[in-house]
Order: sequence, then structure tokens, then C-alpha cells
Amino acid sequence: MSNLISGAKILLECLVREGVECIFGYPGGVTLPFYDALYDHPIRHVLVRHEENAAFAAEGYARSTGKVGVCCATSGPGATNLTTGLVDAMMDSIPIVALTGQVSSKLIGSDAFQEADTFGITRPCTKHNYLVKNLAELPQVIHEAFYLASSGRPGPVLVDIPKDVFQGHYQYQPVNSIHLPGYKIHLDGHAGQIRRAAQMMWEAKRPYIYGGGGVLASGATKELRELVETLDAPCVLTLMGLGSLPSSHPNFISMPGMHGSYASNMGMTECDLLIALGVRFDDRVTGRLAAFAPHAKVIHVDIDPAEIGKNRAADLPIVGDVKRVLTKLNKNLQELAPAMQAANSGSRKEWWSQVRTWQTEHPLQVETSADEIKPQHLISEIDRISGGNAVVSVDVGQHQMWSAQFIRFNEPRLWLSSSGLGSMGFGLPAAIGAAFARPDKTVIAIMGDGGFQMSVPELGTIASHGLPVKMIIMNNGYLGMVRQWQELFYNNRLSSVTLDSFPDAEKLAGAYGFKGRTIEKPQELRAALEECFAEPGPYLLNVKVTPFENVFPMVPAGAAINEMVLSQPKPVAV
Amino acid sequence: MLQVISLLLENKPGALMRVTGLLSARGYNIESLTVARTTDPTLSRMTIVVDVDSTLRKQVIKQMNRLINVLQAADLSEGPVVARELVLMRVRAAMESRGAILKEAEIFGARVIDSTLEGFALEATGEAEKLDEFIDVMRSYGEIEVTRSGTVAVSLEPRKLRLSSPVATGAGTKSQSTTGVLNG
Ligand SMILES: Cc1ncc(C[n+]2csc(CCOP(=O)(O)OP(=O)(O)O)c2C)c(N)n1
Ligand SMILES: [Mg+2]
Repeated sequence: MSNLISGAKILLECLVREGVECIFGYPGGVTLPFYDALYDHPIRHVLVRHEENAAFAAEGYARSTGKVGVCCATSGPGATNLTTGLVDAMMDSIPIVALTGQVSSKLIGSDAFQEADTFGITRPCTKHNYLVKNLAELPQVIHEAFYLASSGRPGPVLVDIPKDVFQGHYQYQPVNSIHLPGYKIHLDGHAGQIRRAAQMMWEAKRPYIYGGGGVLASGATKELRELVETLDAPCVLTLMGLGSLPSSHPNFISMPGMHGSYASNMGMTECDLLIALGVRFDDRVTGRLAAFAPHAKVIHVDIDPAEIGKNRAADLPIVGDVKRVLTKLNKNLQELAPAMQAANSGSRKEWWSQVRTWQTEHPLQVETSADEIKPQHLISEIDRISGGNAVVSVDVGQHQMWSAQFIRFNEPRLWLSSSGLGSMGFGLPAAIGAAFARPDKTVIAIMGDGGFQMSVPELGTIASHGLPVKMIIMNNGYLGMVRQWQELFYNNRLSSVTLDSFPDAEKLAGAYGFKGRTIEKPQELRAALEECFAEPGPYLLNVKVTPFENVFPMVPAGAAINEMVLSQPKPVAV
Repeated sequence: MLQVISLLLENKPGALMRVTGLLSARGYNIESLTVARTTDPTLSRMTIVVDVDSTLRKQVIKQMNRLINVLQAADLSEGPVVARELVLMRVRAAMESRGAILKEAEIFGARVIDSTLEGFALEATGEAEKLDEFIDVMRSYGEIEVTRSGTVAVSLEPRKLRLSSPVATGAGTKSQSTTGVLNG
């Protein structure tokens, strides 16, 4: 019976067929048979130090390449540890496949050791999930999982595999076709709607392009650029969309929303046509919804019909893949241009001069000081060194928002940010994923002192593999973003936001066998960063910055996005 | 007025939870839910009765349609539809009211399925509101015990069922802008 092979080997065979090169994971009792098969298999397994980070690393891999990231965990605690990463991938539509071990089929439901209802727990955390009941269905399920993760609106898919399925033997037959009758993907937008959209675009006096993660997911950067240039419209990109138009492009304004620039938000508020591409009108972008883009007709292009009209009604909905829709749309625009382009060119000129005025009135300001390192100064120095070319993985908080404001990207997939879920502890493991996926790139992890301390164990992974990740901590001694809210909205009663102990970076890095350093003088900044980037291996640079700096502009919760607070409010005399 | 959502879904473990999870995650209550196999044993028909305003309902139905196991989710709240429910009931009644109970049962089109010294077991089908009345009337004769099936409904308009065709394995890995090379 030489044709019979084990479930663990069948799984690996399927992963090879899906082009998997690397799995981020952590072994355990029920995955022993799988790890035994991995032992002498060409697929690389990266042992992270916590399963949550396996999911984040898989996301970093996926976000930086567009390929499916793969993570693996054992049953019970291993699987439950994955959940934050799954929800994170769900919120940001990132294609990952999670493989979890489960107790043997006959023990399921018996409160067996390390049993958890992974299938039930992860149902709302995934695009789809599976519990493999018998080995015969394993190949089908694995290929379906990869197909679901990477097609349509991408997302996380989990496959829960009982130990006996790994251990069983079966005649392996490669699966060549997937049939999911209920999985509807709408790729091509409605031709008539697209034509109508092109007309509306030429008819608009104040068109405004609002691009998001969907542009990157569909690989539509070239098409977006063509649209922006054909129409010569201003373009803002969401936290998820950064990099889909080069930051240096003259039509790129910046990020809109809660910490968006003045010009971005004023443009949203004053435009008469909002061209929304692969976005979901998140509350962090729209502010008070009733006051959002009040003068605008909305064209909304998205692959997911459930996004259309969810938050803001679309005057012209187009359900389809952004790339395919834009390809047709650009053609339509060209065809209509001779007849339509000239009519509003005067108004559009005025619109541009209005946008440029907003930009010069309140630019995003890099503050510097002679005595302290201002956080914005740090971020802009990182930007200078990156020059728009490095992969930048951020954590969550003030440093993330300043990074979004000041760091430029020449290409897509360089910016890795937990955006929809805002999961602290994302930055370092996502950078690890990117370092494996993009060895051709410098990989920078910018973290707060809070988020970094959620990720410290991963220094072990970095050390094991000598990953040349440039870890930069914007250390303000606080859970800065929460402190900012407490200062501005809770009478500066700083409740549980002080981080008054932080390890000596040089010793911490040294303990793992690589270099680290702490700086606090602006005069040291440039040289320290250069040293950090010149180091061939990992480097931990702890930068002490002004503790009480706040991120501006800021749209207070519940305000309209044109009601921004532009700078630190003056203290009120008492 | 309650609304009816009708779904055709794959008869697979967890499929029911995926659908109801969309409602429970929003804190919506399900008034009734029925599910059973169709003529195709791999598929189930589910009828859910909810009380959710129309914009939110539209949204939820779109999200139901997004579920991989759901072939079709449709709002039957507007448009021609037949909706029925089944009630099984035991009514305890004194001898002197038995005649009256049978009369009432007849008026509501209910059938007697069992008769004992204590009373009757009755079966009635109809629209939910009609059955509410039936139950109220019967209660006036004595102690009752009721089991309702929940509403099942069918649209009187034909609905096009659009299904996806098979694809080749690996079909999802489209339009990838960059591919990585593994670190050595
Ligand atoms: C897992 C998790 N817990 C809590 C929060 C809430 N939160 C958002 S920002 C923030 C502060 C982050 O502090 P730090 O990492 O030092 O970054 P900074 O804001 O100072 O740049 C907190 C606690 C979160 N986003 N994620
Ligand atoms: Mg901090």
C-alpha cells in the first residue's frame, strides 16, 4: 500500500501546490504529526514566540506581497491565541490561512485536554472556516481555503484539523477544481454604470478621489494613477490605502479623517463628486456621518456589495474589482474627454487652487526643538532615510498616526498598519513577516513604548534568524494616544497611561545578541539612525521623545471632519 | 409588522450559526426560524422572521449573501409571499365545553389529532396572526400547551438563483504585484 500517505504529508503537498514557502507557527500536542512531517520538508517553518504573532507575521507577509500568509497553531490555547490576528486580517481584508490542530475527532466535545471549539470561536473572526472531519476531504478544503482567502474581498480562512486526520493515511489525489456555488465574486462592474461614472466625473466641478485598501488588494495602482492623471483630480488615501499612489505624486493630498490633514478633510467636505475606490467609509474617516461630504455625489466602487450603502448611500454604486472597473472607466474617460473635458476646466482650476490654498494654509508640520526630540522630527528623519523605499511596519498609537502623516511611499505594499482593528502588538511581528517575504527591502518597525512591550518576546525570533529589522521605538513614556485623549477630553486626568519603566535598549538587545541604543538628544538623532540602518543585522533604537506631544489635526469624536482641532489648544486661564 | 427572510443554504455543519451569528452579533432577536432540507438533500431552506428596519435588513441580507454557504438570501417582506405556521396544541377542557371547542377548531380549520378524557390535541396551520387568535380563543376554554413551528414562507415570484461555476485550484492568486523571495 505504498500509495497511502499521511494526512500531515497530504497537507504539506497541498501547501506546496498553493505556492506556500513559509509558515509562521508554534507547535503543540495535536500538531505533532504535522511538525514531524515538516521536519524534513522544504517549506520553511518560522517559530514565533506567541501564536498571536504567528497570525500578525502571516499578515505582514501577505500585506507586503499580496500573497497568502500562512500561520499555524495547536488546539485550545494555540488556536485562541490566534484570534486577534484573525480579526485583524478580517478588518483589513488581508489574505491569510490559519491551520490549527484539533483534538482527535472521537474526543471532540468531551472537554479533552486542550480542546476548544475553534470552529465556533473563529466563525465570526474569519471570512470562512472549516473543521476537517475526515482525511478524504482535506485536499479539497485546503485549496478552497486558499482560494477563499485570496479571491474576491480577501480575508482570513481557518482550517481546524483533528490529530487523527494528520495521522490517518489516504490515497492522495490532487484536487484540480473548486466548486463553491454560493461564493459569488463580482469582478466586472456594470458597463452602463461605469459609463455613467465617467460622465459624472467629467461633469463634476470639484471631483475628489478617495482610495483605500481595495486599490492595493486588486493591484490597481497603475489604473488609479491613470485615473488621477486623466481627470487631474486631487486624491486622498486612507490608512489602508497609503502607497497606492506614490506619495510624491503632485495630486496626492494625504490621509483623510481623524488625523488627516486639513486639506484632505476640507477637500472631502467641499467636493461635489466623491470617487470612492475600495473604501468602506470607516467612522475614523468620515467623522460625523451626517456632515460628511455634504455637497458630494458619491461613486462607490467595491468588490463587496455589502459595503455599498453601508455607511454612506452611493449615488452611483459599482460592484466590482477596482482594477477591472478602473481599466474600463479610464477608457470611457478617454472616449468622453473630447466632448466633455473642456466644459468644467475653469471650475476645476479653481478647485485645485482652493485645495492648494488649504495645503499651504495648514500643512502637516514637522516640529523640531533644540533640546528634545520631537516625535514628528523622529518620524521625518526615518522618512528621509527610507526615501519612500523601505517597508514600514507600525504599531498602534500616536507614532502610527505621525508615521501615516509623514512617511512617504513610492510603491504599494510598503506600509503595514493594523488599521481597522488597531491591534497593539502588530508592528514587530508584521515586520518579521515582511522581512521573510521581502528580503530585497529594508524593513523598519516603528513602535510605541507600549506596543513594543507587547511584542518583546519576538526579539527572540528576530535574533534566531538574524532578521535585519530596524526596530525604532518612539518612546514617549506613555500610552501616548490614550494619554492624548485623557488630556484633551478627560481634564488631563492621566489614568493608567504612564509607562515609567522601560528596559535599557542596549542591554535588552545585547541580551538577545544584537545591537541596541537609547538616545534623547536631537543632535544625536541623525547619526543614531544612520548607525541603525548601516547595521547589517537587527537593531533596536530606543528614541526618547517629548512626552506630551499630541497628534494634530484631530477631529474630536462625534465632530464633522472639517471641525478639526489644528494644534494644541491654548490652556484656559482660571 | 414582522419581516421574513428566506435563505437557501448548503446543508453543512455550522451554516446555521453563520446566518444567525450575523443577527446575534447586532443584538437582533430572531422571532422565529425554521430550517429543513430541500428536494436537493445537500441544500436547506431557512425562513427567519425578524423585526429589523428596512435599511438594516438590507445590509444584513447582503451580509448573508456574502456567506460562502449561502446560495441565496432574499427579503420576502415586500412582494407577494405565502407564509404559514403550524401550531400543535393540547387543551384541557371540562366535558361541557368540548362541543364548543370543536366548533371553534372547525372555524379556524384546525384538526383534532387526539382526544382524551382530559381534552384534545389540535393541529392548525395558517398565518401567524390567525394562529395567535386561535390560541387566544382556546385559552379561554382551559389550560393549554402550545408548540409553534415558526413561519415558513415561499415567494410567489420566481427568483433567479445565480450560482458560481467551478474554478481551477489556485485561481485566487491573481493580480499579485510583487512576489517575495525567501530570506536564506
Ligand atoms: C491591544 C490593544 N489594547 C489597547 C489599545 C488601545 N490603545 C490605542 S493606542 C494606545 C496607546 C499606545 O501606546 P504606545 O504603544 O506607547 O504608542 P504611542 O501612542 O505612545 O505612540 C492604546 C492603549 C489598542 N489599540 N490595542
Ligand atoms: Mg508611547
